[in-house]
Amino acid sequence: MAIKDYLRERFFPHMWCPGCGHGTVLNGMLRAIENLALEKNDIVMVSGIGCSARITGYVDFHTLHTIHGRALAFATGVKMSRPDLNLIVPMGDGDALAIGGNHFIHAARRNIDITAIIMNNRIYGMTGGQFSPLTGYGKMATTAPYANIDHAFDTVSLAISAGATFVARTTTYHVKQLTDIIQKAIQHKGFSVVEVLTQCPTYFGRKNKEGGAVEMLENYKNSTTPVGSQAGQVNPDLIERGIFVEKQMPEYCSEYSKIIQKAVKRK
Amino acid sequence: MKNDIKFVQGNEACVEAALYAGLDFFAGYPITPSTEIAEHMAVRLPQIGGKFLQMEDEIASLCAIIGASLTGNKVMTATSGPGFSLMQEALGYAIMAEIPCVIVNVQRGGPSTGLPTHASQGDINQARWGTHGDHGIIALTASSHQDLFDITIEAFNLAETYRTPVLLMLDEIIGHMRERLFVPKPGKIPLVSRLKTSVKQGVDYHPYLPREDGRLPMSDFGGVHRYNVTGLFHDMWGFPTDNPQIVHGLLRHLLDKINNNVHLIAKYKEYFLEDATTILVSYGSSARSALHLVKNRRNRGERLGLLELQTLWPFPYGIIREKCAHARHVIVVEMNMGQIVREVKIAVEDPEKVFLANRIDGGFITPTDIRNIIRLIQGKGV
Repeated sequence: MAIKDYLRERFFPHMWCPGCGHGTVLNGMLRAIENLALEKNDIVMVSGIGCSARITGYVDFHTLHTIHGRALAFATGVKMSRPDLNLIVPMGDGDALAIGGNHFIHAARRNIDITAIIMNNRIYGMTGGQFSPLTGYGKMATTAPYANIDHAFDTVSLAISAGATFVARTTTYHVKQLTDIIQKAIQHKGFSVVEVLTQCPTYFGRKNKEGGAVEMLENYKNSTTPVGSQAGQVNPDLIERGIFVEKQMPEYCSEYSKIIQKAVKRK
Repeated sequence: MKNDIKFVQGNEACVEAALYAGLDFFAGYPITPSTEIAEHMAVRLPQIGGKFLQMEDEIASLCAIIGASLTGNKVMTATSGPGFSLMQEALGYAIMAEIPCVIVNVQRGGPSTGLPTHASQGDINQARWGTHGDHGIIALTASSHQDLFDITIEAFNLAETYRTPVLLMLDEIIGHMRERLFVPKPGKIPLVSRLKTSVKQGVDYHPYLPREDGRLPMSDFGGVHRYNVTGLFHDMWGFPTDNPQIVHGLLRHLLDKINNNVHLIAKYKEYFLEDATTILVSYGSSARSALHLVKNRRNRGERLGLLELQTLWPFPYGIIREKCAHARHVIVVEMNMGQIVREVKIAVEDPEKVFLANRIDGGFITPTDIRNIIRLIQGKGV
């Protein structure tokens, strides 16, 4: 199927700024779905609020655009009632880890079979450039006019500690890896987390003098390194990308089906 | 089937009724005095192949049942004041996206953590106006376990009929009190099932285009029609829009589908109203005390009557106006600072004849409390 067959062209043009990385994430997601040959009727995409969350409107799946931070809670309800469906939840960094932080760690802890894609542009874009939990110390934002004193989460470490059984990171520069990782994340049975570093030239880039989209993408190329690479050991400032965790653990819906068997017997 | 008479808490009666109504999915978070609902659901639902989820908070609980409802399930959550406050945003979402669901609030004393194990009816206005923006809402209540059984089923039926969240506003006394419950045979009480679209696969389905009667046939998530659901104002495809005409039309639809059907939605019970000169208006557990007093004073020849409301929102202004037209005094009995009395004053032609008999200390309002207040109103002294 062509990529455009997964899109709701009726609702284009999209609302993202020129140079935004979210379209690249959308592209990677759709190519992963295409490679897996998933039926459109078997995919439910759930999102919260923010630039990233608007992805759901543009794709021809069952789409649920919800409230800020709660996408994983809605997705949990859908998945529990229809474990046969593929649940994909694209979220922004603020959406997933500030207002939605609690839902994120608990979805990971349950190991429910949902694919969470955290589109990390280090800023609240839709509201105009406020700092997020991933902005980082010393960075500039409209609500950090004298530089940010909040430290950032490490999304990968957080997801691993919370119990996610598939954890990966990539960037919008590494488009092949992006598709490949999302594909593996969807295939993984359990809670999978993919952090994608995605550029926001309009706010983060401008506020922090990182240049336009091209310069920001180049920065992703230069500031990241494959997991476990020698370059990473020599230079710990490099951000590792790749798959950090991929393990099999009992999945929540499967465990609940065992509960049903037990309960029916004891009735 | 064995003779199904139980001696149960109100919370358990609520669970039995929800299962009778065809509940498939429950998500909740422990909170007094509603916890027994979750506990019984955890036991009962998997026995029939249903799903019980304990979520990380009340916000997630309501969000999860909304997700489950979209796949075609009948869904419920239960909480008390603080949890009900947390649910207000997702409640608005369910109203806007028109998702059938039932939310139980076993009321405690408030504000804040308040009185977790004591009786109050302080959340009645929150039920009406708690979530932001103009909206219609249905809120029901009951004063006995048998009524609670029927009203809980009614809540599911209304949720499906009007594609809306329905609030079940119980109170601590009803939730924790034990009394007899007769569970009718399956099929005895009519159930409303989900209105599904008849639009075939491959034909354009408009999830948010109401039929002529205002109802919206649904298509399950995971089914043959793929569409968008959002809390933003949306067009007939469910896609966000700020077109003023569409925004106006959708908001009117959300209000009208409930407010234009008050005559179908409103449920109440009446006792000795025909010749009553003093009418008590009450609901929930306080209606039990009111009824006790009415029966007691009737024996002594006093012309006292009771109008017990089971539908609190949409408020049945017409019914109140008609039933109270000839009364000299209308006394609203409730365990709050006067939340329903305000509506009763709006409803009647002469608001000066409307009084409040209340109690707000966590104690149950007794027949004697009400009697004393009536004597004061009648200028007789306590």
